[in-house]
Amino acid sequence: MPASDGSEGQQEFQKWYQAQFNQVKPKPPIVKNALWAFVVGGLICTFGQVILNYFLGLGLSMKEAAGPTSAVLIFLAALFTGLGVYDELGRYAGAGSIVPITGFANSIVAPAMEFKREGYVFGLGAKMFVIAGPVIVYGLVTAFVIGLIYWLRH
Amino acid sequence: MQTYLMAFIIGGLICIIGQLLMDLTPLTPAHVLVLFVVLGGILSGLGLYQPLVEMGGAGATVPLPGFGHSLVSGTIEDINKYGFTGIFSGALRATATGITAAVVFGFLAAVTFKPKG
Repeated sequence: MPASDGSEGQQEFQKWYQAQFNQVKPKPPIVKNALWAFVVGGLICTFGQVILNYFLGLGLSMKEAAGPTSAVLIFLAALFTGLGVYDELGRYAGAGSIVPITGFANSIVAPAMEFKREGYVFGLGAKMFVIAGPVIVYGLVTAFVIGLIYWLRH
Repeated sequence: MQTYLMAFIIGGLICIIGQLLMDLTPLTPAHVLVLFVVLGGILSGLGLYQPLVEMGGAGATVPLPGFGHSLVSGTIEDINKYGFTGIFSGALRATATGITAAVVFGFLAAVTFKPKG
């Protein structure tokens, strides 16, 4: 450790201290979080592909099969959110459990359950859209604007 | 086997983007969901999302940008079929199964289960 006498020494000390500090400071777990998100998100999508292939096997087209596939995933996500399992997974998986459609279902069930005590209308009924509401609002506005542009050009 | 691997990789990569947005910017999960639906819709409008669906299957349709893609591709489909009124009907028609499932199953789960703690 350099002596800290005078302003020049002080500056040197600051530099030295910063270097020491950077060595012991825990690195933000960005890589670890990204890896968790990749694996869990990837697995949920792979499971989605299994369900999708099942419906395609029944003779549905890709477009017809997408809806039922979402519905099955949403049902399972609602069930596992109710059982408290999905939020436990979310502590590790982060975006891996938020970004798939199962995360959308979780964002509906979790606040609906939590605010049930405030009543079935202003609690459960209103709070279930705390996150899903904005998603639907901005999704529909986007679709409307793009649709309008498409219509004007055709 | 190939389709499952592609679903895993494409789906996983979309989730990594979401995770990085949450870790490196002040965006909350709700912001990321809204952003992804809007981005998916815009990419779909530019004709860039359909190739991703053909490549990744459920890896592209299960994450939230796939929801935006459904909203926009449904709208364009209905415009081609019904003209102007399609602008209003297509988005919800294409996503009706998912939205109804989310609301109904969400309601049933919330009524049935008690929150922890």
